[in-house]
Amino acid sequence: MQEIQAKMKARAKELLESGQVARVIGWKKGEFIYDNSPATFESVEELDNFVYDYFCGSNLSKYLIAESKKPGKTAVFLKPCDTYSYNQLIKEHRINKDNVYVIAIECLAKLNAETIKNLADGFVTGVSVEGDKVTISSPYGEKVVDKKDVLLTKCSTCSKTHVAGDEQIIVYNFEKPSTDRFEKVKELEAMTEDERFAFWRSQLSKCIRCNACRNVCPACSCVKCVFDNPASGISAKANDDKFEEQLFHVIRAFHVSGRCTDCGECSRVCPQNIPLHLLNRKFIKDINQTYGEYQAGEETEGKTPLTSYTVNDAEPNEVVNGGK
Amino acid sequence: MLKIAKSKLNDLYAKINESMGLFIPVKVAGEVDYRVWSEGKEVSLETLKTVKSPKSMFFPQTENLMKFVKEGKNIEIIDVREDFDQRKPFVLFGVKACDYKAIEVLDKVFLADPVDTYYQDRREKTTIITTACSKPEDTCFCSVFGIDATNPLGDVTTYLDNDYLYWQANTEKGENLTNLVKDLFENGGEEKVAEIKENAKKVLDCLPFKNLDLSKFKPENLNELFNSDKWQELSEACLACGTCTFVCPTCQCFDIRDFKTNKGVVRFRCWDSCMYSDFTQMSHGNNRTTQTQRFRQRFMHKLCYYPSQNGGLYSCVGCGRCVNKCPQNLNIVKVIKALGDK
Amino acid sequence: MTNETLIPKVGVITDVRRDTPDVKTFRVVGTDGKKLFEHMPGQCAMVSIPGVGESMFSITSSPTNKEFMEFSIKKCGCVTEVIHSLEVGEQITVRGPYGRNFPVEEDFKGKDLLFIAGGIGLAPLRSVINYVRHYRKNYGKVTIVYGARSMDDLVDIEEIKTEWVNEPDFNVYLTIDREQEGWDGHVGFVPSYVKELGLDPNMTAVLCGPPIMIKFTLAGLLELGFEKQRVYTTLELRMKCGVGKCGRCNVGDKFVCKDGPVFRMDQIDELPDEY
Repeated sequence: MQEIQAKMKARAKELLESGQVARVIGWKKGEFIYDNSPATFESVEELDNFVYDYFCGSNLSKYLIAESKKPGKTAVFLKPCDTYSYNQLIKEHRINKDNVYVIAIECLAKLNAETIKNLADGFVTGVSVEGDKVTISSPYGEKVVDKKDVLLTKCSTCSKTHVAGDEQIIVYNFEKPSTDRFEKVKELEAMTEDERFAFWRSQLSKCIRCNACRNVCPACSCVKCVFDNPASGISAKANDDKFEEQLFHVIRAFHVSGRCTDCGECSRVCPQNIPLHLLNRKFIKDINQTYGEYQAGEETEGKTPLTSYTVNDAEPNEVVNGGK
Repeated sequence: MLKIAKSKLNDLYAKINESMGLFIPVKVAGEVDYRVWSEGKEVSLETLKTVKSPKSMFFPQTENLMKFVKEGKNIEIIDVREDFDQRKPFVLFGVKACDYKAIEVLDKVFLADPVDTYYQDRREKTTIITTACSKPEDTCFCSVFGIDATNPLGDVTTYLDNDYLYWQANTEKGENLTNLVKDLFENGGEEKVAEIKENAKKVLDCLPFKNLDLSKFKPENLNELFNSDKWQELSEACLACGTCTFVCPTCQCFDIRDFKTNKGVVRFRCWDSCMYSDFTQMSHGNNRTTQTQRFRQRFMHKLCYYPSQNGGLYSCVGCGRCVNKCPQNLNIVKVIKALGDK
Repeated sequence: MTNETLIPKVGVITDVRRDTPDVKTFRVVGTDGKKLFEHMPGQCAMVSIPGVGESMFSITSSPTNKEFMEFSIKKCGCVTEVIHSLEVGEQITVRGPYGRNFPVEEDFKGKDLLFIAGGIGLAPLRSVINYVRHYRKNYGKVTIVYGARSMDDLVDIEEIKTEWVNEPDFNVYLTIDREQEGWDGHVGFVPSYVKELGLDPNMTAVLCGPPIMIKFTLAGLLELGFEKQRVYTTLELRMKCGVGKCGRCNVGDKFVCKDGPVFRMDQIDELPDEY
């Protein structure tokens, strides 16, 4: 991993020094080993804090909406999954593509800081990755765990490769384990309606309406969200009743259906660890089943299943039964 | 000092629940939060950082304030708390030292003249049982605010080890509660409690944030701190979500809104966040138009404005929830370090 | 119920007066026909229409009026739009009074007073001016400079023309932004008019109007030799509770609803630049 970081930092330095770009979006070191933050670097000196490691899970593509409108070019480091969000944002004309220089970077799958902290009883003094094992140090004792058990949810079923990039930084040719990303969706589908309702009821009852899922979501790029617009009649910032508690997330999933690239940021940022990505994946699975395989963000142009009509489209009654 | 085997704690909860409500950290779908106890719930007193703080006991995330019924041109206002006098008293169980201090911070807002009676009603009817921390986490920094994690106050203080919960009443309310449940307890535990404190102190001594320097955050530096050029960089990754606000034990901003039902209009209040773009939006303008301004407001309020209004008391208790939960890892520690440099 | 700060009282509208194309003045009493509560000049009240929302307005009428309260309200958002549709006999809710008033019983006493207002900014000043008229002997000379976009936008023009101008030792100067048929008075913006008038800097000044007017007028006053310690204004920020708890109107270590809305210019200088 350090090798990738060194290459990225050197490249960022070159780009800034040569004046090819005005800024680079990457990650900077935090207070601990596990709390890196997205950051914009505008000078070589600022790169002292540049970091790329197993705790750089955040998707940087959405920052380009604002950054690509600034004068000068913006370079951005995008992991494979992030390049899908990037393409989708270009497709939706949210990013000024001519102002962006994409460096596609290798991922190696990112770790979930919260899972690791829990394993360390809340006190992490060291994390090291050796092959498929992770060693976690803590004053309360050391633990060695399987890497697959401490990955971010979005990384544990990821099989994505880059779909955008003006250049690539790949060192290890990390091979992603092949897993079925719809496994959990299928489990939910196999439940009875009551069981499924109970599952979501219990999960969604934790929601604090912080809106982190919405604000981090690259598909939620509306300038003004309908839930923030006092004139919309449904503007709300709290669950004022059970109905809303249950439906806010379902409505949001509808809004991003057909555009969600399955980047998994919603579940990563949720302070209550609600598996929100499962709602989106259910939609993706249904779209695949009803309209044929489709991956949002694979292309920057072209028609999408939910915004185009063909005579062969499924009839509404078929769609209703599609998920079954 | 009294003690009860952990295996019998459920009897204690049930006994309290016979005559009072019980608000206690409970595991729901993998996360621990304060909830109303009922038989069968999985209690976790050991959890230091419940996702939401116990402030929701006194200041719920949403709360109905009143109802309006309109007949013709006439408006009738109905106080929806008519049942308040009959409402059962509550026991708030498992409060950590930082969260207990946070209640003092909230009191200074809600109990200041004019008193917020919704808050006051709940506050007065609640007996608070604190639980000392035995395993502090790396994101804890309560000691910076003069809080002793091993020695929280409250009406009753409890301590935990692997086998027992130790119980010490501190106030009259605490004694009354003790009398109600003491049949379940046996005497003893002083030595064990001393040992628990000793062990926790060893960890507290090596916490990474224990030396955070707050000396710069004084009312006289208000404008200097406000005008610092560091806010831009500190806030650049901010998503403008309300996570830090909603998990914070001292954040108390709220919104008041009306909700139309088929039986009239309900006016409710709900938690709000100064991080939200519409927080200060008026029909003819907004005095904080950028996220940097809103980010600055939140931290300036905690570290400078609030202390200036309240005799130097900070509106942060070092619970570390924001450090744990910010999706992009921005937090008050980074602000203190960046701006606190002399 | 009386000590409940968030629970309002029901008010009945007994008169609606159209002042300008977008300003109406509403006269309000309690359901018992009596005044809802007492207040001092510069204080505000939360007015609401259940189901629409609640907003803070300054109380336009003078406390010396013992029969009713008046609110001059400009149509500019969701709540005000619905308020403008109300007719005599309809009910609203009111709670207050909130905030600090103008120091009419302290610093203003015995002083020559200068009131400068722009547009709807006259609303809070009307309360002070009429208070001063009622206790006329307690105050010195009164100078009023009032401007609006056009002659149709001057609020309470009837009262000004029939009562204020006839008050002893009252000098009223009116101005509008652009020439208009039927207007033979001064034309020009308030800040420049204030400078032209060469006002006596020993007066205690009260400013209220749009932020841009306040900014330039204040600069003009300082040029004329006025001291910031004797210039007052009122701030307006979004509010929900009105009692310093909801956090919305917080600027620096002040809450506009509780520590304001009346501030002296030197106090405002100490606030961070965010109001």
